[in-house]
Amino acid sequence: MTDTPVLLSLSNITKRFGALTANDSISLDLHRGEILALLGENGAGKTTLMNILFGHYVQDEGDVRVLGNGGLRALPPGSPGAALRAGIGMVHQHFTLAENLSGLANIRLGTEPLVSFGREGAARAKVQKIIAESGLDVDLERRVADLTVGEKQRIEILKALYRDAKVLILDEPTAVLTPQEAEGLFAVLRRLAANGLGVIFISHKLGEVLAVSHRILVLRGGKTAGELETAVADRRAIADLMVGKAVAAVVRTPANPGEVLFALEDVSLHGAGGGRALSGVHLTLRAGEVVGLAGVSGNGQSGIAALISGLAVPTSGTMRLYGDTVTRPDPRALVAKGVARMPEDRQHDGVVGTMSVADNIAIEEVRSGAFSRMGLLDRKAMRERAASAISAYDVRCQGPDAEARLLSGGNVQKLILARVLERGPRVILANQPTRGLDVGAQAEVHRRILAARDRGAAVLVISEDLDELFALADRFVVVHAGELQDAGPSDGLDRGTIGLMMAGQGPAAAELAS
Amino acid sequence: MDVVFDILSSANFWAAAIRIATPLIFGVLGALICERAGVLNLGIEGIFVAGAMAGWMAVFLGAGLWGGVLIAAVAGGLFGLLHAFLTVILGLSQHVSGIGITLLATSASYFTYRTALPNVTTPPRIVPFQPVSIPGLSDIPFVGPALFQQTPMTFLALLLVGALALVLYRTPLGLAIRAVGDNPASVEAQGLSVTGLRVGAVVLGSALMALGGAFLTMSAFDAFFFGMVNGRGWICIALVVFASWQPGKALLGALLFGAFDAFQIRLQAQIGQVVPGQVFLMMPYLLSIVALILVARRADYPRALLQPWTKGQRH
Repeated sequence: MTDTPVLLSLSNITKRFGALTANDSISLDLHRGEILALLGENGAGKTTLMNILFGHYVQDEGDVRVLGNGGLRALPPGSPGAALRAGIGMVHQHFTLAENLSGLANIRLGTEPLVSFGREGAARAKVQKIIAESGLDVDLERRVADLTVGEKQRIEILKALYRDAKVLILDEPTAVLTPQEAEGLFAVLRRLAANGLGVIFISHKLGEVLAVSHRILVLRGGKTAGELETAVADRRAIADLMVGKAVAAVVRTPANPGEVLFALEDVSLHGAGGGRALSGVHLTLRAGEVVGLAGVSGNGQSGIAALISGLAVPTSGTMRLYGDTVTRPDPRALVAKGVARMPEDRQHDGVVGTMSVADNIAIEEVRSGAFSRMGLLDRKAMRERAASAISAYDVRCQGPDAEARLLSGGNVQKLILARVLERGPRVILANQPTRGLDVGAQAEVHRRILAARDRGAAVLVISEDLDELFALADRFVVVHAGELQDAGPSDGLDRGTIGLMMAGQGPAAAELAS
Repeated sequence: MDVVFDILSSANFWAAAIRIATPLIFGVLGALICERAGVLNLGIEGIFVAGAMAGWMAVFLGAGLWGGVLIAAVAGGLFGLLHAFLTVILGLSQHVSGIGITLLATSASYFTYRTALPNVTTPPRIVPFQPVSIPGLSDIPFVGPALFQQTPMTFLALLLVGALALVLYRTPLGLAIRAVGDNPASVEAQGLSVTGLRVGAVVLGSALMALGGAFLTMSAFDAFFFGMVNGRGWICIALVVFASWQPGKALLGALLFGAFDAFQIRLQAQIGQVVPGQVFLMMPYLLSIVALILVARRADYPRALLQPWTKGQRH
């Protein structure tokens, strides 16, 4: 692959945000027809590097050169327009689409003289041709708001191809896709590369990087940690390059279940949102045991999470905490009694983005007296707690005063762990605890959850990732269409059995079929 | 009931409704452009006053009527530029800046008027726009006198509704304006200037708002009074929501309000002895609120409305 011409060359790129050096003298070359994977954990500086390349950020040092007429030419920094004209197309992790416009309108945006009637017909014809060549099938006339995530991503790629991109950058493109959609994307990328496009594929998922790329550049802590050809790469070696040290596998020791701390007895829940409805659910959480809740998304997981969080009470049936019946929805009372919650949408429900890390760590305890003196907030105590949490849980941020919205997903989750686990909770709800996290952060979260179990907490882990559930759970329950089935201890279970139960077959039928 | 029917069946009533709606059409179109680009412009009330004063003063000092219209638009555009500088370039609160612009533009207009004409007791008059008849159309029974015997500014307002709809929905510029009010990142990622589009939209929108004011002093009346704008700007802000940010519905909303107002004036003349006058004055506003309640709950807000855009920041 390296015998084809260089399309793009980055040399010694350095970018600092305050005290944080997000990129430290990074260099890379991209060749024609090559898929280069940029691999690294959250916060390794992948997205920052690409935002510099595309002109969203201005680098402090280094330069970007792109193949133009007669060789590589320097790209003026800080200008997405210049990057686009030079043939660089970028598909952002968070889509940059105007949702009130059609797909075609988003593709045309900025490509025609503003004061004119435009060339809608010609544009449509060109996009249809690209669709036929690339296999990026999507309805161009629908409002983007009505498209699925996978379709929106296709519009984003079409936007770049429509502008005759020579280089296509995809930032964590599979984070939002189902496995089938991701396979489709890989097929498209291989086809595009075969036609001469250079592709930069940003990811923290080792498996997909090995599946789709030709060459891998590993970033760690803002620096280049290594560069290797995919064909000869060793999975273990890459993982160690990413994390910087060997990742110790998380070991789950046999559980030692104690008394029942939380129970749902014949609970039904009707309420807003069909995904929350439950009927006749029995669930017991015991001290010192992790229960894994499997199920296809939208089958009642959010209802169970709402019950344990105190956001809902049963329409019928009984919910018990430490044997006492809970009759009113009252999240604050539950938190005070030692229920810890790690919400599914951690950015939205887990932190207040515009408040500081210190505020977010103290937020569940502001009335407890730990952080207040004579009715006023004790800022010093809050900052001290935050500082110790930041080091104990390895929350990467600029400090206790950093705004929570500036943290990456993994660091937000560590912040939430620090907030809820430091109080020694007795019942823990971990809803999709590692969704979107990299290998290192995942292992860290798992280790913390198991440590809490060993300390005697009752844990419910809700996850769509069966590997995660098998790593954590001592016992399985499966939810389907609002009904919960007990699948028994995890040691005797295999994935096929759980899969059939997720599809709605009883454990007995599942056993027969497997 | 007969009274109501009599009013609704007179051509004179419909002509008045359109006349009353005209400044609102200008204002609501102006507010619509600003908000489509993501900027709320609460300077509208003051920009109305500035347009009313500037246009009238220009004509009073010897400019032609269309020259006055142009000067009013320029005055509005300048206040728009100030609002755009504060909210788009500096990223300050759109509410605070807008209310500041209203206070500033209103006071500056009164101050200029008083300074230029220190000793006047009765407001001096100009010769305003006169109604024009459109040959053929104006002679149609009922419809002619109702619709086609208006002043040129009313026709301009109606033309602008079509023009704005054309620009918004049929040109790349309109595409960019609608995109920048929904997700500025989409515009930046395609190499267009978020700042340029927003500043341009606010300046243009503010110029249109000023025309609404100019209509009052140069078409509806022939003089400038303090307090003559009387909340029309605020009504436009509500009408934009009512219109779901669409020019056609904006016209409908303005006409509806004009009709309520024309109706209450006539009803007051008929049964004013029985019901206190204030009830009638209240009617159009009350009905606007009812209409808003019915419509605005489903309103499809431009998603980026009120959100400043800072290049290179993490969003």
